[in-house]
Amino acid sequence: MNTIQVNNLHFSYTPGSSVLNGIDLELDQQTTAIVGQNGAGKSTFVKLLKGLLYPTKGEILFKGKNTRDYTAASLAKDIGLVFQNPNDQIFKNNVISEVMFGPLNIGQDDQEARHNAISALKKVQLDDKLDTNPYDLSLSERKMISIASILAMNTNIVIFDEPTMGQDFAGKEKLKEIIWDLRDQGKLIICILHDMDFAAEVFERTIVFNQGNVLADGPSREVFKQKNILQQAHLEQPSITQIANELGLDGNYLTDEELIQALKEKMTS
Amino acid sequence: MSIIQVEGLKYKYPDTDQLALDDISFEVKQGEFIGLIGRNTAGKSTLCFALSGLVPHFFNGGYGGKVFVNGLEVRQHEVGDIAAHVGLVFENPFSQMTASKYTVFEEIAFGLENMGVERNEMITRMDESLDLLDITSIKDKHPFDLSGGQMQRVAIASVIAMKPKILILDEPTSQLDPQGSEEVFKVVENLTKEGITIIMAEHKIDKLAEYADKVALIDHGKLIDFDTPAKVFSRDDLPDYGITAPTATRIGKALGIKDSKTDLFPVTIKAISREIGDKL
Repeated sequence: MNTIQVNNLHFSYTPGSSVLNGIDLELDQQTTAIVGQNGAGKSTFVKLLKGLLYPTKGEILFKGKNTRDYTAASLAKDIGLVFQNPNDQIFKNNVISEVMFGPLNIGQDDQEARHNAISALKKVQLDDKLDTNPYDLSLSERKMISIASILAMNTNIVIFDEPTMGQDFAGKEKLKEIIWDLRDQGKLIICILHDMDFAAEVFERTIVFNQGNVLADGPSREVFKQKNILQQAHLEQPSITQIANELGLDGNYLTDEELIQALKEKMTS
Repeated sequence: MSIIQVEGLKYKYPDTDQLALDDISFEVKQGEFIGLIGRNTAGKSTLCFALSGLVPHFFNGGYGGKVFVNGLEVRQHEVGDIAAHVGLVFENPFSQMTASKYTVFEEIAFGLENMGVERNEMITRMDESLDLLDITSIKDKHPFDLSGGQMQRVAIASVIAMKPKILILDEPTSQLDPQGSEEVFKVVENLTKEGITIIMAEHKIDKLAEYADKVALIDHGKLIDFDTPAKVFSRDDLPDYGITAPTATRIGKALGIKDSKTDLFPVTIKAISREIGDKL
């Protein structure tokens, strides 16, 4: 089973200034959004999951085994992480070798790596740019390259750090499809987001981080209902939920369709 | 008198065939807040560069037409001269850090030092900007020890501190938490009250609908529309330009509800709630 168990996780980069203060979570098959204020510890948390950092206190268990007992290289076969800033991730001088780098490093042969790289680039619609230098592309395109690089590794767990950053409408639609496609393949998907509308529409579970703690955790529909908690975490409700609230509607609404349906019924009755 | 005048601006990057900006003309009055929208690669960042002089002075390439900012023709003046009038916040805050300063405080001081601002005035302005962006608590941190969102706040603060007449922001809230984004929009709106002119490229359509005076819609380097948010967001062909209408407009259209004040579809949550509230 693809589960990650997080027990009493503490972390600090420098002694005396704590970033995470005792996180307990079980991450499973549900698509999961992590939301929270800038500096809340979200990116640090996912780096810990991937074994790029080790807990100061507490433990993270993957397949029942402590991440400390894995090397970052051995975890790389199972856990893929798309960095927040693609410039931190991209270092090759053409797109195809960038996207093939991960697959080759986890033991795929050249042909398989190439095949997976091209199919991942098709998903982000950049398969016509194989020989382009990633730094001749726009920032949002580089973000898509960094996503393709992880998809090509075909890991069981895929973590995205703010994938919607800088994406336009079409880019977000593409991301939605990619995430749903990964879900349908039974992969564990974790995604840090600042876009509440996107989180509400796409993710089954939402976890709210606040100053190194988990402030709320549950089905997205339940979490986005809690206006005060969201405000405390420097977040806001999805736009649809805000309109429903303004109108004093009972229940909670996350998508256009849900709200339009409810209003149509109300207005005709 | 317009503070920005763009007349028939054409531009292509070196070693490319396609025009990145194709015959763009518009004018902006002092203190206006202009939202720049369009799909990725439409030309938004390039237009930001053209208004701040990086196009053509830094990027070179083919250039035609004229751009005036605060009376200066961009092509005839050096980037340094233009920078006294126009501040630019980069899309990627990492690109903007000087990488030569050890604290956030010094990083924000850099622009002011270069302008030769007097010491006390400098400290006042820096404290103000730190406060505006809510980053006073991290002022002694190393700029590269910050999270993405914190770095973006520093980038914005360092430009605001210079109090440029014209402030250009290229997707300034892309990495900010929702309240942080809201605060940036509020800060920027307040600057317009001091007569500062704002050009902001953004994908957060709902926020632009609420705050911008006008919206410029760009596609394939061409200016498709330049009008009030209500007019631009009422267009039926927005999807053709890779844009989705604000939430309020989508709901308004689906239910056939218009904003009684503009006779166009509502663009803000307030307006749609008011109109529907009247009918329930």
